[in-house]
Amino acid sequence: MSVDLAVKELRKVTIRFSGDSGDGMQLAGMLFSDASALYGNNISTFPDFPSEIRAPQGTVSGVSGFQVHFGQSKIDTPGDYADVLVSMNPAALKSSLQWLKKGGTIIVDLDSFTDKDLAKAGYTSNPLEDGSLVAYQVIVAPITSQSQEILKDSGLDYKAILKTKNMFALGITYYMFDRPIEITEAYFDKKFKDKAGVAEANKKILRGGYNYAGNVHAIERVIVPPAKIEKGFYRTVNGNSATAWGLLAAAEKAGLQLYLGSYPITPASDIMQELAKHKALGAHIVQCEDEIAGICTAIGASFTGNLAVTSTSGPGLSLKSEAIGLAVMMELPLVIVNVQRGGPSTGLPTKTEQSDLMQALYGRNGDCPCIVIAGLTSAGCFDSAYMAAKLSLEHMTPVILLTDGYIANGSQPWKIKKVADLPSIKTKRVTEKLGNNTPFMRAEDSLARNWVIPGQKDLMYRIGGLEKDYITGGVSNDPSNHEKMVRTRAEKVKRVANDIPLLEVIGEQSGDLLVVGWGSTYGHLLSVVMKLQSEGKKVGLAQFAYINPLPLNTAEVFSRFKKIIVCELNLGQFANYLRFSVSQYQYMQYNKIQGLPFTQEELKEKFLNILEA
Amino acid sequence: MIDTLTQETVTFTPKDLKSGLEVKWCAGCGDHAILNCLQNALPRLGHKQEDIVIVSGIGCSSRFPYYMNTYGMHTIHGRASAIATGVKIANPKLHVWQMTGDGDALAIGGNHFIHAIRRNIDINVVLFNNEIYGLTKGQFSPTTKKGHVTKTSPQGTIETPFNPGELVIGAKGKFFARSVDNNIPLTTEILVEAGSFKGTSIVEILQNCVIFNHGTHAMITDKDVKDDRQLILKQGEPMIFGKNKDKGLILRGFDLEVVTIGENGITEKDLLVHDAKMVNPSLHLMLINMKAPEFPVAIGVIRSVDDTTYEDELEKQIAAVKATTKIKCVDDLLYSGDIWEVN
Repeated sequence: MSVDLAVKELRKVTIRFSGDSGDGMQLAGMLFSDASALYGNNISTFPDFPSEIRAPQGTVSGVSGFQVHFGQSKIDTPGDYADVLVSMNPAALKSSLQWLKKGGTIIVDLDSFTDKDLAKAGYTSNPLEDGSLVAYQVIVAPITSQSQEILKDSGLDYKAILKTKNMFALGITYYMFDRPIEITEAYFDKKFKDKAGVAEANKKILRGGYNYAGNVHAIERVIVPPAKIEKGFYRTVNGNSATAWGLLAAAEKAGLQLYLGSYPITPASDIMQELAKHKALGAHIVQCEDEIAGICTAIGASFTGNLAVTSTSGPGLSLKSEAIGLAVMMELPLVIVNVQRGGPSTGLPTKTEQSDLMQALYGRNGDCPCIVIAGLTSAGCFDSAYMAAKLSLEHMTPVILLTDGYIANGSQPWKIKKVADLPSIKTKRVTEKLGNNTPFMRAEDSLARNWVIPGQKDLMYRIGGLEKDYITGGVSNDPSNHEKMVRTRAEKVKRVANDIPLLEVIGEQSGDLLVVGWGSTYGHLLSVVMKLQSEGKKVGLAQFAYINPLPLNTAEVFSRFKKIIVCELNLGQFANYLRFSVSQYQYMQYNKIQGLPFTQEELKEKFLNILEA
Repeated sequence: MIDTLTQETVTFTPKDLKSGLEVKWCAGCGDHAILNCLQNALPRLGHKQEDIVIVSGIGCSSRFPYYMNTYGMHTIHGRASAIATGVKIANPKLHVWQMTGDGDALAIGGNHFIHAIRRNIDINVVLFNNEIYGLTKGQFSPTTKKGHVTKTSPQGTIETPFNPGELVIGAKGKFFARSVDNNIPLTTEILVEAGSFKGTSIVEILQNCVIFNHGTHAMITDKDVKDDRQLILKQGEPMIFGKNKDKGLILRGFDLEVVTIGENGITEKDLLVHDAKMVNPSLHLMLINMKAPEFPVAIGVIRSVDDTTYEDELEKQIAAVKATTKIKCVDDLLYSGDIWEVN
């Protein structure tokens, strides 16, 4: 007798895949996200994995997670807590249960709950039997044995079969949420086009999971209808790819060759890897011997007339400090992408943090200002990278772009832009000698110097790290000239404020509380502020993408609110920067330094406390 | 995009290369002679003056770009090889020279030095080896002789020095030459050869720091000893040296040996003949490691082996993918792969 369980409709759902770092949870999560995006849902993803490539199997330290939030409504965060938790072994259940909503659904692989596995995870009794999961819906599926059964005649060995079991779990979730399974089948056909056997095995297991879920008549189906989305062409993109594409677009728009000098570092390596795929667009990618060579080759390329970029993460930015100073001194365009991670030192390489702000602003010898901007969302990194290149080229000075592990690895649907629609980039290149037009002549408005590149007759010049004369560009030790040059370089960066957008307030335009954030906390802060506003609270959000210089209306925006709270994933670096830069206001702080994004829950609680105080 | 730089008949002279800036090295410094040599060598290479870029790091020798009327970058300590690499890759048509010292290239810049060589990127590195830190006033460097007393080694150094040529061979180097600052014609010739070589060329010049390490190379370079202490290598010619041109080198077992022509039945025919183009670096390494007074010091182009260069290989890869790809512009890229339309 078949029982039709009620089909429920929800506006949004969060699902978390967790398993051993070799269990393929990142892939399962990615496939689920892609299928959801193609189905028409809004999505936001959060990969959360250990820094060890293969931590000891079956242990809590080796658990890799991937959370995806998908829905019909606007999705700005990967969700605080999951509605569904997939746990491929006891360790995954143990470490990830904290991320599941009370009453949520757990899908486990029964075959992995042996005494040995339980002991490795640190369980003294079996949670499937001891009643500790009574508050949840638990779907106990024999994932490993079912996978073996399905593939017993496939000719694949035991190890190869084990590798497909993540697809069984994925199949269960596809049934639960009515995902279009054909999209993922097509993915296998493409990915394993030369290994038909592997493609077929993965497809069989995915279908196996899907059918199993339908056959057991114990799984409630949930419909998450497609979102109402602006017309156009879409794709999913993570922050690192969006950064790479934004740089490619800027180079094309500016009519320049793109040069990237870089050194592998988590979580920034994907930018170099992505660009390395696009040599067809003329991108020159050099994997250097170290971080310093990464930026130094880029400085050489910038002198030579390329759009020069180096990408890194926190410790790498430390190593690049001296060379950034050289680029500031030489007044050369250069984009430094810093995908922040937990620090200091090696810190938490795979976890997110916003703690390199002070380093970006001040981490060099001398008075050495850089333009500093931050990416707000994964897809938004395209625009951030594009603007970093534009500002650097137009103002002839380095730009540090701060993203972080959270938006770099997280992905979102993105309405694809056309290069023709992007703002123009007017470089400072001088191609012929015009009267007194020397390499050291500055534009009156921006103070940017001319960009003269080698190969041009009559314009040969020398430049270096030594202080240069304001007029001739020759080496100068003159005291008043030095002061003039230091002030000029500072003023040049200050005047960038004329070319960046004004700060916008989201939510209430004035009122009781202004929530201030910068960079990747945008999604979480936005969700909470919108929720509080809908509950009638006089709350606004000011999220900074431009940090040095600050938007011209910053003080005016701050003046409209009774209280200001600065929220960031560090000990208060932006708050202190504001105390110094916009000193007439009082700033409260909300800080979190756990290698994790904020949760909406904690933010809401904090803001309500302030509003009710 | 990068301008096309065409090869034309060169019309500049050594005089055109003078930047007009007052040269501020100490009187008697070997750097003056090297400046002279490069200014004499460059017009002979057939390159356009405006296609020459001179890159340096930090140190006395690194002031070099300021004195040359070419494009020039005086950068940061140790990083000139990396910066020169970026210049060359960004525009392979440029002719890039790196002027560096033993501290700049072999201490703080050691990593970039060996990796530039390993990649065989077409840059020319002129390494001024005076075995001392001059600009910081007299501390020992990675090439300072063991036991030498300097300001930071008052009891003598306890470190084994690098032999730059040995590093070049270890890093799979394809071109290595050695010269002495007081032999201007020979140094000029060597710089011309380095400049025409395609790949990383390293020219070590034994250079005298008149203030902080005066005479460190005297036992090789002094007029009265130089003929007996320098073996000037010439491609295809027997390895003969000495005031009377009667000394030579032979290989006995696995070692080099100095012999006298006419003694023990040795004739010119028994001597080793120099072949810088030998791919196997073993003999080149032995020549590089010869030390006075037991041996003459090898001078000249010791190794010059043709190979592919990094920038050519990179351009080849780029051309190959450009020829086959459907992605011709960024829009093509953004609209490729898994995209969907919302109506």
